[in-house]
This record gives sequence, C-alpha cells and structure tokens, in this order.
Amino acid sequence: MNRLTSTLLTTTILTSVAGVASAQDTLNALVWCDHMDPELIAPFEAAHNVTVNLREYEGTGAALALLEQSRPGDWDVLVIDGIDVFRAVDAGILAPLPADELPTADFFPEVVMDDVNTVDGVTYAVTEKFGYNTISYNAARVDPADMESLATVWSETYQGRISIYDYYLPVMGLAALSEGIDTADISADNLDTLGDVMATMRSRAASVAGVVAAQTALATGEVDIVVGGGEWLTAVLAEEQPDLTWTIPSEGAVRWTQSLGVVEGTQQPDLALEFVKYIVSPEGQARLATSSCFWGMPANAAAGDFLTDEQKAVLRWDEQPDYLARTQLYPAPDDALDMAMQDLWLDTLAQ
Amino acid sequence: MFAMGQRAKGWGFVAPALIWTLAFFIVPFIVMGAMSFATLDGRNLVWGLSFDNYAALAERRFLWRAIVVSLEITVTVTIVSVLLAYPLAWIIAFNVPPRWQRLVLLLTILPFWTSYVVRSYAWLLVLAREGVVNQTLMNIGLIAEPLTLANTRFATVTGFVHFFVMLLTLTIYANLVQLSPNYRRAAQDLGANAFQTFRHVILPLTLPGIVTGAFLTFVLCIGDYVTPQILGGNTELTVPQVIMVQLGRRADFPLAAALAIVLMGIVTLAYLAAARWLRLDRL
Repeated sequence: MNRLTSTLLTTTILTSVAGVASAQDTLNALVWCDHMDPELIAPFEAAHNVTVNLREYEGTGAALALLEQSRPGDWDVLVIDGIDVFRAVDAGILAPLPADELPTADFFPEVVMDDVNTVDGVTYAVTEKFGYNTISYNAARVDPADMESLATVWSETYQGRISIYDYYLPVMGLAALSEGIDTADISADNLDTLGDVMATMRSRAASVAGVVAAQTALATGEVDIVVGGGEWLTAVLAEEQPDLTWTIPSEGAVRWTQSLGVVEGTQQPDLALEFVKYIVSPEGQARLATSSCFWGMPANAAAGDFLTDEQKAVLRWDEQPDYLARTQLYPAPDDALDMAMQDLWLDTLAQ
Repeated sequence: MFAMGQRAKGWGFVAPALIWTLAFFIVPFIVMGAMSFATLDGRNLVWGLSFDNYAALAERRFLWRAIVVSLEITVTVTIVSVLLAYPLAWIIAFNVPPRWQRLVLLLTILPFWTSYVVRSYAWLLVLAREGVVNQTLMNIGLIAEPLTLANTRFATVTGFVHFFVMLLTLTIYANLVQLSPNYRRAAQDLGANAFQTFRHVILPLTLPGIVTGAFLTFVLCIGDYVTPQILGGNTELTVPQVIMVQLGRRADFPLAAALAIVLMGIVTLAYLAAARWLRLDRL
C-alpha cells in the first residue's frame, strides 16, 4: 500500500476512535451536562481566580465507580441524582456540608428533601435543580386532550409516534402511576404489572432515546410524543418551536431532582464549598436553570429575581405549586430491586 | 561476548514495544478476564472463580439477544460494504487517471475528518420522517406517507456502511493498484473473457485486500457503541450498548467484563476464519 493510502487509512481509523482528553485544573467537578455551560461556570472562575475542570458522566454507577477508583483529592465536587445521594453516602464518597451556610430556607420546600440529602442528622448534599419526567409533545400534531391521561398517551392512536426517554427509573415511575401505584410502592411484587405496561408502551414507540436524540426526534417530527420528557426537553426549543410543549397528566408524573455535594477527601474543601454555595445562590441558580444543555427549575426560589418573565414562563414558574403537589419523586429502589428493574427495562428494550 | 551484546541490543530495541504491549494490552486483558469471573455483592466486588456472569448470558434473554443482534448487524454491514467498496475501488484504480487518483481518494474520505458523532446525528436528520430521503421520495411520487427509516436497524446499517465503505475502498484500492496489468493481459491472451478474468484472476489476487478490509470492518463494527445508540434509537440492543448499561447504571464490571470477553471471542473466531487471507502487514 502506498504512503498516501496508508496515511488516509490511518487517519480514517483514528478519527473513528479518537476521544477527547481533558486537562486537570484547580477545582475538579464530576457533573451533568448542564454544568458544562460557560455562562454558569465563568463567573465562579473569575470570582475565585480558578479554573473548574468539568467532567460529565452518565449514570450514578459510573460516577461511583470512578470516585471509588480515584485517589482522595482527585475530585472536589459531585452532582448526583437526588435519589442516589444515599448510595454515595454509603460508599463514603460525600463529605458533610455545613447546613447552616446553605440557603435552603429560600428553597421550594418540597425540594429541600432533608430525608434524601441528610443521613443521621448530617447534611451531605443540597438539591440544586428539579423538574419533571412527564409527557412532552408537539401540540400541532397530537390532540392535547389526549395528553392529559397516560392511558391515551400510549394508545393505538399514536402508534409509531412516540419516543421513550432512555432511563428506566422515570419511565417505570410513569408506568406505575398509570396503574395507580405510587412510585414509592414499586416492589418486586408489582414488577410484572409494570412490565405489561412497558411492553404496551414499547410496542407503540418508534425509539427509546437519550436527551439529545429525544430532542432531535421531537424537533424534526420523527416523533410527536416523548414519554418521560418534560421542561428539560422542550424548554431549550421553546423559542424556535413553540408547539413543542409538555404537560402533567391527571395520573401525575415523576419529579426528578439533582443534588450537589463535596467529595470526601478533597484537598480544597473551602473552594469546593464555595462552589456549592455559588451554585445554590440565586444568581448561580438562575444560570443553572437556563443552562444551554437543559433547563430545569432552580431549587432556590430566590432565583426568580434573576430570571426574566419569559424564562419564568418557559419554566412555568407560577404553576409550580400545582405541579409539586401532583408529582411524585423518582422510585428509590434498594440494590436488589434496582437490579430487577434494570433487567425488566432491558428485557423491554429487547422486545 | 559479541553475540550477547547483540542480543542485549536487540532486547533494548524491542523492549519499549514489549513494555507497551504488556502494560496496555496483556495486563488489562488479564485483569478483564479475572474480572469476568468476579461477582457483585451489593455494590461490592467479590473476586473469585464464578461462572455466574457467563451463565447469565444463557439465562437473561436480553444478553443473548444482544449478541445475536450484534452479529446480524455486523455481518450485514460487512457484506454490504464489500459489495459497494469493490466497484468504487475498481473505478478509482482503473478508470480514474493516475494523476487524479490521489485527489479522488482524498475527496472520498474527506467527510470522515468530521466528528463521528456529528456525522451520525446528520444521518438521523437525513433519514427522519421529514428528512431529505423521505421528502424526495414523496416529491417524486414513490411514496404517499413518509417511511420509518430513522431509529431502525436500516439506519444503523446505513450509518455503518457510510463509514466502512471508505475503509474498505482504501484496502481494496491498495490491492488493486499493486496488480500488474500483465495478469489481465495474460488471461486475455489465453482466451478468458472479462468476467472470467475477474473471477479467476483479479478476484483471487485481491482477496487479501477484501478480507483485510472486511476483518477491520467486522472488528470496528461489532465493538461500536455510537452508531447503534444514535441511529438505531435503542429499538434493539447490541453488545456494546448492553456493556455501557452495565457500566453506566449498575457499575456491574464483572458482567461487563464477561460480555467484553465474549466480544473478543467472536472477534477471535472471525480472525481465525479470515486468517488464511489476512494481510495486515500490507496496511
């Protein structure tokens, strides 16, 4: 093979497998994609004259495994699914936070969630953002009245026009709600019932999609409904495609929360705490709520002073009391039930 | 003394490669193999010699199904890519003037200098219900309703083929241009027609290029996570997708390791099947 073809072949193969390396800087944060927005991070970096090294992860399992294999001090702060805080505490990954220095008095009361963020009287994390896994849809292409009941959302009418959000916990939570089962009551005894609901849901769906794929599918008209969607899915598209909207059906929906904590063993506890305090401050919360990756409600209600009326309208600020009352937290299974739920989910995907 | 010096020098030259292979292939492989026999107790890893993870392949339907789906997609992609790449390589090698060949090759692979992920999402838009393909078919009256092309196995195969045709074109082209024109002339002198010349002379001589490219296609395709995840829409799961679920959500490294070992086993079988014709040294 001549040199040109060798070079082209090598280039082609390498571009297919090339990853992105990230440098390690002063404050190391293991986060979700909404924290990757420079609009959110730059003010903190400027105020403290530091660089925040952000690494996005997928799935609590991956984050915990990464932290368990890291040396103490490798990571300083961690964003984690609210329902998984107890797992991180069990694994000794989170350090105590000074609860009296956190502005939780200004938070929406339903998302302070002491029972999640506090273990044995010690606060290990603080809620930073919340929202809903519910039904997103294109109002121009479906009957909005049908979206007010989960029974009609995945009915035959919408065969092949549905995408299911690719995360088993909220989707199984919605399946449970459709059967009148509270998310907290999901157990091994009712998994068969949920399996039947998900099989129906799956048979109607054109795809099972992650955040970007679900947004793309809805925006391009590939599907008209996303089961498990919500404001986090459609808010960033609101300006360009106002027909993309979301609702909480009569059966209710699932409420997601994300928490932020300081990693045990950090070499910079003061700076890490400052980062936490910045993120839950009204200014930080407003920026996090409208992050370029996905929007969501700020836990701190004082962020309302830093959001425009248009932004609050997209977030449906005024409807939050009703939404908070009608939604339930993610299912929070123990390890054995979690494994059983994941097996059921994968079986459903493989159907 | 001289021989010993030479031997030491030889080891000195190969030592970096040996250390590299040991550190980044042999040791990780041994760890992965050992991990596949470990188990999870809650979230705690228990090292041992358990075959539970391999038994799970038979017991859990979605695991076995993922292996079957991966093989079906990979074999389809490999065959389709070879069928498309061979004529393309032939045209470039024999119908494009030599002075233009480098430029044509460069243009052929130019799209692949963009991000693999971006390219996959681009295909998603092309194949969408309101994408270019459906709109064109509807405009010319071939279909009345848009076809479901995105989020299907067809989309996954299309995304893969788009990439691997170029890879195969390069390996087959490299083989074709090395062929002396005298082979064709000799066959024709002996009375062979064009098809017979291709069937009995050209094809056998270019088989190493085809098999080498096909093997690379097989290896890269069966281990790929991005394309089935983006274009397949999770309508069916491949082995890399299931491995990602084990790692990302469950942190079940033992089961993920067992699946990776199975994947390596499949690749090894593919290598053994193709070994007779493989000419990786020509790359």
